[in-house]
Amino acid sequence: MSLRFQRLFLILVTFVLLLAAVLLILFNSQKNIIFFYTPSELINEKPKVGQNIRIGGFVKEDSLKKITINSYEFEITDNNNAIFVYYNGILPDLFREGQGAVVDGIIEKPYTIKATNIYAKHDENYMPASIKEDLEKNNQWKKNYK
Amino acid sequence: MLGFLINPNKFNKLTDIILKPLFYLTAVIFLIGLILIYYSPNDYQQGSTVRIMYIHVPSAWLALLTYSIMTIYSIFALAFRIPFGFIINSAVAPIGAVFTLVCLVSGSLWGKPMWGTWWVWDARLTSVAILFIVYLIIIFINYSFEKIEVKEKIIAIFVVIGSINLPIIKFSVDWWNTLHQPASISKLSSPSIDPSMLKPLIAMTLAFTFIGLIIAILRIKTEIILRKKSI
Repeated sequence: MSLRFQRLFLILVTFVLLLAAVLLILFNSQKNIIFFYTPSELINEKPKVGQNIRIGGFVKEDSLKKITINSYEFEITDNNNAIFVYYNGILPDLFREGQGAVVDGIIEKPYTIKATNIYAKHDENYMPASIKEDLEKNNQWKKNYK
Repeated sequence: MLGFLINPNKFNKLTDIILKPLFYLTAVIFLIGLILIYYSPNDYQQGSTVRIMYIHVPSAWLALLTYSIMTIYSIFALAFRIPFGFIINSAVAPIGAVFTLVCLVSGSLWGKPMWGTWWVWDARLTSVAILFIVYLIIIFINYSFEKIEVKEKIIAIFVVIGSINLPIIKFSVDWWNTLHQPASISKLSSPSIDPSMLKPLIAMTLAFTFIGLIIAILRIKTEIILRKKSI
């Protein structure tokens, strides 16, 4: 092997080893890197009451209730388990039933969270509004875009 | 044939010929992109805010593309002693930094109305912020040394180490739960963006790429002149 290919080899091996090291660190600190827990993950973790937590999932259909002008109750679900959330404040524009959402809050009692911040999550699908109207007109609109 | 990729003189000769046509081509594509954006439909969920995508996605793409090119050039410059790679690093790092900043700012302006927050420390946003800092450090190293031979090697090594961030940025949305959406365009599946929105996105991505290319050519030419003077 000529000197230059030895150098190339050395650089690539160093790169791969460094990448492996960084990825090992990142995957082992998974719990700190993920932005939110899903309801199922939260239930498995058995968190303590009073702990700060962030959970994400879909807002369960028919679960959003408006209590007063700016306080709401709803459930966050990952289609297996659901967590009950109540919130005082203004909801983001995209927030609606069936839509993804992330909730910042404190665990009040098991399976119940008092939210301090709510973020709406949008998925990777983009579609003109006119197409949705057409689909709704023909009763073809199904929420299978998630 | 591909000598212009590593030879400054051939690079100068070729770019002298193509710079002007490239400029007009870019202007035309940019104009087409803007017209397509004007006639692009509103999104079914996001309304007209979706148009931020036509700036956000191209600048993100260019931020990563610029760094990828710097990485490849750095590896070959270090291994095969090709000085042109070092010239590329010094010349294009600020371009990548600017596009990363545009990506971060447009993303922040998009996040406020859609997510309900300017900024969160999720994996995607954090890794792109780190990319911006890496670009800044490269620029700072570039202005911090008297001896060019020392400086360019340190930059190249730093670029290669920093490129570990690239796969992390790309796959952060798949590996971890993030507030940022997963990729809409991937090789394995058909794009989940409607064609009427994909067309302006592609046009703008091309336009941004060509704008970046023109600035890169001008900056590389300047860098070649500067180095000839200093020798």
